[in-house]
Amino acid sequence: MFRNQYDTDVTTWSPTGRLFQVEYSMEAVKQGSAAIGLRSKTHVVLACVNKANSELSSHQKKIFKVDDHIGVAIAGLTADGRVLSRYMRSEAINHSFTYESPLPVGRLVVQLADKAQVCTQRSWKRPYGVGLLAFAIGSRSQAAKTYLERRFENFTNSSREDLIKDALIATRETLQGEKLKSSICTVSVVGVGEPFHILDQETVQQLIDTFELVTEEEPPAPEPASEPAAADQGGAEQGAGAEQGAAPDEGVAPMDI
Amino acid sequence: MEMLMDSSQAEHSFLSSVTASERTLNPYVTGTSVVAIKYKDGILMAADMGGSYGYTLRYKSVERLKPVGKHSLLGASGEISDFQEILRYLDELILYDNMWDDGNSLGPKEVHSYLTRVMYNRRNKFNPLWNSLILGGVKNGQKYLGMVSMIGVNFEDNHVATGFGNHLARPILRDEWHDNLSFEDGVKLLEKCMRVLLYRDTTAVNKLQIAKITEEGVTISQPYSLKTFWGYSAFQNPTVHAEGSWLDMVTGWAVTTME
Repeated sequence: MFRNQYDTDVTTWSPTGRLFQVEYSMEAVKQGSAAIGLRSKTHVVLACVNKANSELSSHQKKIFKVDDHIGVAIAGLTADGRVLSRYMRSEAINHSFTYESPLPVGRLVVQLADKAQVCTQRSWKRPYGVGLLAFAIGSRSQAAKTYLERRFENFTNSSREDLIKDALIATRETLQGEKLKSSICTVSVVGVGEPFHILDQETVQQLIDTFELVTEEEPPAPEPASEPAAADQGGAEQGAGAEQGAAPDEGVAPMDI
Repeated sequence: MEMLMDSSQAEHSFLSSVTASERTLNPYVTGTSVVAIKYKDGILMAADMGGSYGYTLRYKSVERLKPVGKHSLLGASGEISDFQEILRYLDELILYDNMWDDGNSLGPKEVHSYLTRVMYNRRNKFNPLWNSLILGGVKNGQKYLGMVSMIGVNFEDNHVATGFGNHLARPILRDEWHDNLSFEDGVKLLEKCMRVLLYRDTTAVNKLQIAKITEEGVTISQPYSLKTFWGYSAFQNPTVHAEGSWLDMVTGWAVTTME
């Protein structure tokens, strides 16, 4: 991306009708390490690559539980991600308390989107530099996307195990040859009758071992329906509880540079 | 939102000539019992149409049963103006719910919970909404029936009542209510309760409405009256023993002790 005279603040349009600050914030998401999500009729799996800077340091947390029925995986500026997660948790618990029922995910997403939009229209703010997961975002996520694109139509009827397996394989795709170990990835599940939770490292390693030996089957699904990156100005969707019926968002075209 | 000023603050102001009270201290125009039961297809709720001003049966066409959104029915006893205020709150709530335009809608459980929070918070500010509310509804096949009092006590049950209904109607319901009542049986049961209330509650009027809510929606009946029987021998010739008895001074009919 190039520097130019229209990218100093978010309230400056370029002559071609672009907001560079917003686009730069999306770049932050693309530079982050990959996070992916898949859903079937009954379950949703979020998985991400969790590489620490050194052997000695701990991994950056990328998956957050928002409520029993909602979880998010983030890519980009983790600080922004934590702020938004805190907001979402707050909204979810306030709704639960007032109405004694879980906040519909679609509503949380809209509230979040509206909140993120404000930051693109105030000169003293900046957009959130984080994408909250729709299906695959982050660096080298294209490989994961490609894998998922070919298969996503089949996920609807997948069993929970198959869905997790697919998530792990997609994660592996983003690693580009590096061996997939439970120490560098995180997997979380939510489903009908199953509250959102992060799988512990042992379980994940077992699952990895189960399928690593099997060569990947490639039943080609003829239509790779284009699912563009859902990461927009910091407020996309998150892995939804199975009750939610919304389809993955279509990104706005100019934002996909 | 309401100011937290109470009367003591106003008293200290030497310029004001009136002690202002901005909290509800007593109810003025009140509705009496509401009774509701779960039945096979949903909820049945009954209330009379009286608005009493103390002992005077002042207003006789007060609708105390109102639909809320697509899935709920609200019945209220207590201060009528506070009930109207609550309806305004709920109106706004449902409006915002609809404005999301996302296919989600607030069900009876959510509305009941919301009302509980409103009532309890007002109670905490010593400025209650002087009502007992019954919230019933059906959503996705699930029947729901709950009550909230003016101090925020709330619970759910298969049959609920407010005010006098708790004392006169619920014992009948405890004996005779069962799961999967038909519509006809449900109405008969409610009418039995309302008749007892009519006889024994002095603030009841003989003009009532019964409302039903099912998955399909809300229906509130036209107002009608219950048949009553007053031909008991104890009520005949009420003044026959009056002369000479300690009831001499009392006008109107009164219960005599001899029979």
